[in-house]
Amino acid sequence: MEEKVIVCDKLTKRFGYFIATNEISFEVNKGEIFGFLGANGAGKTTAMRMLCGLSAPTSGSATIAGYDVYSETEKIKRNIGYMSQKFSLYENLTVLENVEFFGGIYGLTDQEIKEKTEELASKLGLKSEMKKLVGSLPLGWKQKLSFSVAVLHEPKIVFLDEPTGGVDPVTRRQFWDLIYEAADRRITVFVTTHYMDEAEYCNRISIMVDGRIEVLDTPANLKKQFQANSMDEVFYQLARSAKRADS
Amino acid sequence: MRTLRFLLRKEFRQIFRDKAILTLIFVMPVIQFIVMPLAADYEVRNVNLAVVDNDKSTYSQKLVSKVIASGYFKLQGYNSSFKEAFQLIESDKADLILEIPQGFERNLIREDKQKLFVAVNAINGTKANLGGAYLSSIIGNFNADIRMQLVQQPRFSQFPVIDVVASNWFNPALNYKVFIVPGILAILVTMIGGFLTALNIVKEKEVGTIEQINVTPIKKHIFILGKLIPFWILAMIVFTIGLILARVIYGIIPIGNLLVLYVFIAIYLLTVLGFGLLVSTFCDTQQQAMFIMFFFMMLFILLGGLFTSIDSMPYWAKLITRINPVRYMIEVMRMVILKGSGFQDVLPQMGVVSLMAVILNGWAILNYKKTN
Ligand SMILES: Nc1ncnc2c1ncn2[C@@H]1O[C@H](COP(=O)(O)OP(=O)(O)OP(=O)(O)O)[C@@H](O)[C@H]1O
Ligand SMILES: [Mg+2]
Repeated sequence: MEEKVIVCDKLTKRFGYFIATNEISFEVNKGEIFGFLGANGAGKTTAMRMLCGLSAPTSGSATIAGYDVYSETEKIKRNIGYMSQKFSLYENLTVLENVEFFGGIYGLTDQEIKEKTEELASKLGLKSEMKKLVGSLPLGWKQKLSFSVAVLHEPKIVFLDEPTGGVDPVTRRQFWDLIYEAADRRITVFVTTHYMDEAEYCNRISIMVDGRIEVLDTPANLKKQFQANSMDEVFYQLARSAKRADS
Repeated sequence: MRTLRFLLRKEFRQIFRDKAILTLIFVMPVIQFIVMPLAADYEVRNVNLAVVDNDKSTYSQKLVSKVIASGYFKLQGYNSSFKEAFQLIESDKADLILEIPQGFERNLIREDKQKLFVAVNAINGTKANLGGAYLSSIIGNFNADIRMQLVQQPRFSQFPVIDVVASNWFNPALNYKVFIVPGILAILVTMIGGFLTALNIVKEKEVGTIEQINVTPIKKHIFILGKLIPFWILAMIVFTIGLILARVIYGIIPIGNLLVLYVFIAIYLLTVLGFGLLVSTFCDTQQQAMFIMFFFMMLFILLGGLFTSIDSMPYWAKLITRINPVRYMIEVMRMVILKGSGFQDVLPQMGVVSLMAVILNGWAILNYKKTN
């Protein structure tokens, strides 16, 4: 049997009377690329923050890498990487300094930090940019850098919240190369996106509508189920029924 | 602790890259130090004086010229009757009336005793009262045997300056600065330390970088220490700059032991920074933090005993000052710098401030949530 790294049962988050995430249940296997889809305001970020131990669930249960989201958040944090929807590396530090800082926080040795830095510089083609302030980099590079920092400590799972939002198609391809590479290293990838071509790259996807997970399957099965030619169509048929008008 | 080292390195890099903060740290103290003592100066010059000389003798004229020569007074009228002089007060042209009685010279010589009469315009109270004080000291100097009577009960006893100034009565102008400068340094260090700390963390929240920290297994107290230490060091530097400026600009050299001062400041800063940290844990935006810090800083400063002496505050305000760290800081600054107090003398203040430091920082750590 496949090892389950994310097990989620009726996980719910309320903000006052508003239910942002409504009893979502699913499981993610080790090494899988799991696409977490949904329209704006569907509750993806809210769910992801709960899974990362950044936000306490209102009810339901979930374990990440075997650790409980209520009581073992710090153990979870040792085993995951997270790339938030909003760019959150230090813009007034250089690429090098950011890598060094987060490497240090995650407890990498100086030697490891040095190796990781060199690896990252050549892989992202950032060799000449290492001493530039992160704030001065173009968005695509920033996002690739964010990803690299999120997997710096070789976590079991990496959570990516719209990592390619606003990024050009070429850079998006490069980004997905990075994701595949991570998956090859048996890092589980949990990713949200609004691009349906990217949904096709995932092993399995779920689609959220108004805080609930409506469907969960492989892209091929979903297309079959909805008698659609593309994921676009599947998404459209589901998202059309959404009541939530966000952003 | 290895993690702490990385936090500190990052924090210092950011601070030294931020021109605004550097300016705040190094230029603000200099400017405040030069401007504030001038603005908060209680020195009174040009006290408008009306003289009623009923004696018109050599002695009385000598007295008047001596008063004028002191430089603190401007003669507004040399009147022949008290009524005339009083009109000057009523029209706000004079702050003080000095009345010299008839037979002043004669009685002075014969009886070795004479009474003078000084009337104070209580509308511009500070000026007139201080003028009255100057006048009495000048007259006292003129002839130790001349007794003077003030019409209005002077409020000298309530003046915060009295115990310091008394020893140097003839140079009050200098003494006000000596008195005010240590207090201003106290406030400066408090403001810089408190604001920088509060705004720094809230900025990380606003920009979103704190999310990237919160998702790491970093320990809360390590993170808080990583914020506390850099600003503690900066505030210590500002304090040192302040001490040097006080010496260079105002010639103020602490009479007491510098070590006492630094030990106290070290603890006091933990209190102030702890307060800043606590505020930051309650706020999501820099604007909120700014307002809250301003609110408390105003209270702390107004109730700190710098501008208004604590003795003259109403009872309820006195009670509040007991939980005001700034009050203790100003007290200790004055005690050590002006009076030369030692460790034993400032022990009570040190105790209170230490307790506050523990409470505020403990509260800040508890209230800082990596998961919300
Ligand atoms: N802290 C909060 N307090 C109140 N409501 C919130 C809070 N955070 C999120 N919400 C609401 O919960 C809903 C879901 O938000 P969430 O950010 O999870 O959506 P999303 O699926 O990530 O959307 P997007 O694609 O725009 O990123 C939204 O309506 C949002 O306004
Ligand atoms: Mg989102």
